[in-house]
Amino acid sequence: MLRQIEGSQGIAEAVALCRPQVVCAYPITPQTHIVEGVGALVKSGDLENCEFINVESEFAALSVAIGASAVGARSYTATASQGLLFMAEAVYNAAGLGLPIVMTVGNRAIGAPINIWNDHSDSMALKDAGWIQLYAETNQEAADLHIQAFRLAEELSCPVMVCVDGFILTHAYERLDIPTQAEVDAYLPPFDPVQQLDTDNPYSIGAMVGPEAFTEVRYLAHQKQIDALEVIPRIAAEFEASFGRVAGGLLRPYRCEDAETIVVALGSVNGTIKDVVDAERAEGARIGSVTIGAFRPFPLAELHDVLAGAKRIICVEKALAPGLGGILASNVRMALRGEAQPVLTVIAGLGGRPITRASLADVFRRAEREALDDVTFLDLNREVVGAQIARAAGTRGSGPIAENLLRALNPGLVHRVPPNEDAKQ
Amino acid sequence: MFEIRLHGRGGQGVVTAAELLSVAAFDEGKHAQAFPSFGSERMGAPVASYCRMADTEIRLREPIMDPDALIIQDPTLLHSVDVFSGLKPGGFLLINSTRDIAGLGIDEVAGGLPPGHVACVGATEIALRHTGRPMPNAALLGGFVALTRALAIDAVLDAIHEKFAGPVGDANAAAAREAYDAVRAN
Repeated sequence: MLRQIEGSQGIAEAVALCRPQVVCAYPITPQTHIVEGVGALVKSGDLENCEFINVESEFAALSVAIGASAVGARSYTATASQGLLFMAEAVYNAAGLGLPIVMTVGNRAIGAPINIWNDHSDSMALKDAGWIQLYAETNQEAADLHIQAFRLAEELSCPVMVCVDGFILTHAYERLDIPTQAEVDAYLPPFDPVQQLDTDNPYSIGAMVGPEAFTEVRYLAHQKQIDALEVIPRIAAEFEASFGRVAGGLLRPYRCEDAETIVVALGSVNGTIKDVVDAERAEGARIGSVTIGAFRPFPLAELHDVLAGAKRIICVEKALAPGLGGILASNVRMALRGEAQPVLTVIAGLGGRPITRASLADVFRRAEREALDDVTFLDLNREVVGAQIARAAGTRGSGPIAENLLRALNPGLVHRVPPNEDAKQ
Repeated sequence: MFEIRLHGRGGQGVVTAAELLSVAAFDEGKHAQAFPSFGSERMGAPVASYCRMADTEIRLREPIMDPDALIIQDPTLLHSVDVFSGLKPGGFLLINSTRDIAGLGIDEVAGGLPPGHVACVGATEIALRHTGRPMPNAALLGGFVALTRALAIDAVLDAIHEKFAGPVGDANAAAAREAYDAVRAN
């Protein structure tokens, strides 16, 4: 049924329709309303046969999910930002053990400096932990991806991270079509684990593996992700057949047929990008875009097919690999190895900075004029950056960077200043 | 597309107001998107929220920089935050105040808008009378639809009842109705 609801609430209802048996959560910031919503559905009795476990940290949240999944319970949790990093060891363990846990990441920046706003630094930090990573473009897709994620995770026995832009999606009210229990039950069969701790048939999982077999275990983890390249589109196609709408899949091209410039991005910014593509097309530009739905496994061949004919590729990405540049762009270059066209990086939306149509149109036009650098920071305040570089060059004790920048931007705000700055004033 | 930006202070229900508008628009069959100016919300701190309405799918995710309408929930923001930033020349302005435009010292901004596009309504006082709490958001939504005709008042009242059950919903709906009538009478 179509309703106008908050993204987090929609995700909570979609997760509940998947009949999770254990939901564990550390309900303190950084967290979204998702687990709160699931908790309410457990308490009200709408979600039956589910144990909602409040734990003492994110590390415990995922560890409890691992234990629950290992005894054959469909398990779910959600986190973001610092919380994801705090559970990092367990994130690797869940994948290494091949446990089909589904976890929402309400994407947010990573400190320091402290920042609670949206970007993709958190999920990008754990992109190679062995989880399948899916990125939602809209709240409808976020809800739908969770239903697909349990299918995918359990078919492959591999954990799935559903990445949803924090605030921009999780806190936005939009129209959402939440399916019925019968529809979800028809699409998602009960959990049939490939491994299950059982006191009647005891065995152990998580054995120590030495050099003689560790490479082989990892090879099989890689192979599982390669297999997912076949499973993800099939599951998305079956979803479309069952629910009558498109969601998920490896990637989705938009107006790429004759495009000379193709923009590649993850998540909700694709909506804004599509509006810019339409506006630029109306002005005669040959431009298109590609929404990457699955970042792990990365759809190298499928992406190559879409991008190979373009003259230039622009990756708009909400994360930064300091000392390298773009993470998405590095992956896209892998897809285009052997091809000649440039793959440019636009670092945008860090720590919640708005990504506007005007700024995107500006960088796309600069790229078309071949006047865009390999790595561009969208809307970078060069004045403030230049002043800090000069300050740091002028004195060894120039103080903390973040506080210096805040003081430069907000002269009226009082911040504690280092002693040598006091002496100068 | 019709874009509304709401300014107020933490604790005044600014975010809820945008959500209610989006629900009312949805009830009229429109596509709508509501979202807060994301931040560490604190009581009393300046807060903005946004609502877009359209007849087609809304894909845009940028904040609303050139609004068609502004709702100012707290008049103390008029001279401390650039609340008028980007307001379209043919836009609407609704302010929660018992004073008039001249009394608020914003003749210049208000004079640049078409006749009948500006209104002040004492939403806090109306809310206090009906709900016993100084929460001006629901009353302002009544004033908003009276000023802009962007939605039917019944859709707003339904959204309020949907969000707030029982007597709380009734009282807020009554406040919205009174503000609606007050702005219509202007």
